[in-house]
Amino acid sequence: MSTVMNTGFLPLELLRIIFALICAIVIVFGNAVVMGYLERKLAGRFQRRPGPMEVGWHGILQLAVDGVKLVGKQLIIPKQTDRVLYRLAPIISFAPAIMPMVVIPFAPKLQGRDFDIGLIFILAVVAINVLAILIAGWSSNNKYSLLGAMRSVAQNVAYEIPMLLTLLSVILVTGTFSLRGIVEAQSGGAWFIFFMPVAFLIFFAATLAETNRAPFDLPEAESELTAGFMTEFSGMGFSLFFMAEYTYMFIACSLTVILFLGGWSGPPLPYGEYTSALWFFAKVYALLLTMIWIRWTFPRVRFDQLLNFCWKYLVPFSLVHLLVTAVVLKL
Amino acid sequence: MTTMAEKGEHRYILNMGPQHPSTHGVLRVILEMEGEYVMDPQPVLGYGHRMHEKMAESRPWPNFLPNAARMDYLSALIYNHGYVGVVERLAGIEATPRAEYIRVITSELNRLQSHLLWLGVLVLDLGAFTPIMYTFEDREKILDILEDVTGSRLTYCYMRVGGVVRDIDDKFVERTREYISWQRSRMPMYDKLVTGNIIFRKRIEKIGEFNPDMARRYGLTGPVLRGTGIPYDIRRAEPYSVYPEFDFEIPTETTGDCMAAYLVRVREIEQSLRILEQALDKLPAGPAMAKVPKKLKLPAGDACYAVESPRGELVYHLTGDGSDTPYRMKIRVPSFSNLSLLPELCRGMLLSDLCACMGSLDLVIPEIDR
Amino acid sequence: MKDYFALIFTGGKSLIVGMMITLRELFRPVVTVQYPREKLPLSPNYRGHTILIRDEEKPEKHRCISCKMCERECPSNCIDLAGEKREGVKGMVLIKYRLDFTKCSLCGTCVEVCPPNALDFSKVYQHVGFSREDFHYDLLAMVEEDK
Repeated sequence: MSTVMNTGFLPLELLRIIFALICAIVIVFGNAVVMGYLERKLAGRFQRRPGPMEVGWHGILQLAVDGVKLVGKQLIIPKQTDRVLYRLAPIISFAPAIMPMVVIPFAPKLQGRDFDIGLIFILAVVAINVLAILIAGWSSNNKYSLLGAMRSVAQNVAYEIPMLLTLLSVILVTGTFSLRGIVEAQSGGAWFIFFMPVAFLIFFAATLAETNRAPFDLPEAESELTAGFMTEFSGMGFSLFFMAEYTYMFIACSLTVILFLGGWSGPPLPYGEYTSALWFFAKVYALLLTMIWIRWTFPRVRFDQLLNFCWKYLVPFSLVHLLVTAVVLKL
Repeated sequence: MTTMAEKGEHRYILNMGPQHPSTHGVLRVILEMEGEYVMDPQPVLGYGHRMHEKMAESRPWPNFLPNAARMDYLSALIYNHGYVGVVERLAGIEATPRAEYIRVITSELNRLQSHLLWLGVLVLDLGAFTPIMYTFEDREKILDILEDVTGSRLTYCYMRVGGVVRDIDDKFVERTREYISWQRSRMPMYDKLVTGNIIFRKRIEKIGEFNPDMARRYGLTGPVLRGTGIPYDIRRAEPYSVYPEFDFEIPTETTGDCMAAYLVRVREIEQSLRILEQALDKLPAGPAMAKVPKKLKLPAGDACYAVESPRGELVYHLTGDGSDTPYRMKIRVPSFSNLSLLPELCRGMLLSDLCACMGSLDLVIPEIDR
Repeated sequence: MKDYFALIFTGGKSLIVGMMITLRELFRPVVTVQYPREKLPLSPNYRGHTILIRDEEKPEKHRCISCKMCERECPSNCIDLAGEKREGVKGMVLIKYRLDFTKCSLCGTCVEVCPPNALDFSKVYQHVGFSREDFHYDLLAMVEEDK
């Protein structure tokens, strides 16, 4: 993307950003479709069912049909909801999901924009999702929704702490918040997962909680709260939340790959400056599949257990880990 | 909401059901909540009331046979067994030995499928989707076997006064034996996937604890009661049919929490398999239907017949008045008593634990509402 | 402190064991069938709605003697049959046999009480209709159509 083009009438940098945004939107929607299909297919196979089979070859067009169905559905706004907030909530949830795509380095030359504070930017933008869930829960005027929203806020706030503490360990080593810098620090197979596997596990557990995935899917918790904060949403309102969830999963896994699994690094490929994005996506999808695998295996934890797990296990371990990293670096 | 605010309490009402994923039917529980804590759960019954007892009193006794299966759709054969048992006891009819064995075999198969469904559903209530599919795979095998002999898959109408409708054949015996070994081979998998899972254990251990005294006050029966250490099982306490001829244990646990009820049920699966094996070995030859007068009138008097349903003690009380229509019929269902424990058991509990508790009580709502 | 680490170890191990089980199931064949594309064989003893058994030896092609035993014994009152006396024919001739399948609970009482064993269960399990009347089956017409 950084190839020089003489555009004349448009500044090159603007064109680049527009192109990057289009790519980001394509990735967001593509990821939602792929993940929606994979989740249903794998859920089926884990449970000895074939999963979607009817639409297209092995149900490959199922998501397209579902998309059409969701778009065609009436947007039901129940009485006594806060109408403005109710309509805003899915948008607030979905819109920030696109932004982090701009700073994620897919390959050495496939990156929308490299910020010095790319990591902080992603964390800041992703945190808006909590607000959206809270708005959704509040505006629905439904107690189940509200309970789901409250759980979500408590959960996300609690799990940001171990997540940031493990991030700090990495930052101590790399000395930069730039995502490209972090990936380049791991070049040559020196992935951080080999040096700090505990940090990787803590970070992965925290991302599961941050993205509201099982076994930490308390804001949705369909056996307790019917569908949590999404209970009252229908049609595109629901599907925006749905896509946002998959996008946040993608972002979380991208971050994990960048921080611990060496980003785009892998065996060399022709035109590696662009094609090594393959390695990036392969690693991201391996993590996403693990997330699906975990979801279809474990029961849900209880709310106090969730917080206990964070405060009693993740936070102390990440603090100790940070200390050890600092000491090792100083020596 | 306003009344709560007037009282100066930060409480609110959460209406759980009649359509809610973890009430398993049309049960409604009005929860008075404080935050996520359930302060006062009040079950509301009757959404599925079909006046089964009155129906029994208004028509000739054979007409109640299909009704028996509709009360508890998960243990229809055991309900069949109880009803034909009480009519036989009142009329002084004896079923043939072979029929009694067939009744025990089909009842135990029915109990197994009920326990398998419960196992999956409990874990589903706790948020794991996959185990229910595995238990359904096992359950389908039982349903296939039972379909072959009874003709239906869920609401059986198989037993008749004096025997059973259709005799079992060698194919049935062979398939049941195959199933027994299959189920035995599956149990270690459930042990690892469900029982051993740390999240599952943490979710149900020390949740909903109650003591034998509380169980007595509410008239609890079944695995929930045996979880408190009382080995009360109708098959032993008040033996019926040919159960005294079999060697089986009554599994008990001492803690009285959800985990105890869980472990009791899982161990009961193995005991049911043992009963099945012995019954198949001892199966006597002979007719599957005794000679019963074509127009059987119920003699004046009372009879009571108790059977052990997967959920506890099921009692039919029948009063005859010399005609062919029962004068009075009373059915004591286990789920009703087990549910009545809920308000006291779940006071001050988290909402998630309430779901776990209701799952471990193994409620079947049409049975409660009748 | 010892318990703290022991719990992490045992808990983590149990999670991995659970994941290994689901992983093993992932690669095993599916056990469900794609109904209605594939259908499982139906048990020969399956109980669908009742039918009149076709008997070629009888002039009416069925054995019903219009004794109304089934109508009387039916717990759900879902059988409506009528017979008439005809010149030169011994006994009653069945002119109507309607089964209201919306009420029938498939208990099998009618099949058992039938003195000439004229009734049996069909193997039909796919019932589709747009109105209640679609499930009011005319068993007499069925046995006549069934050439």
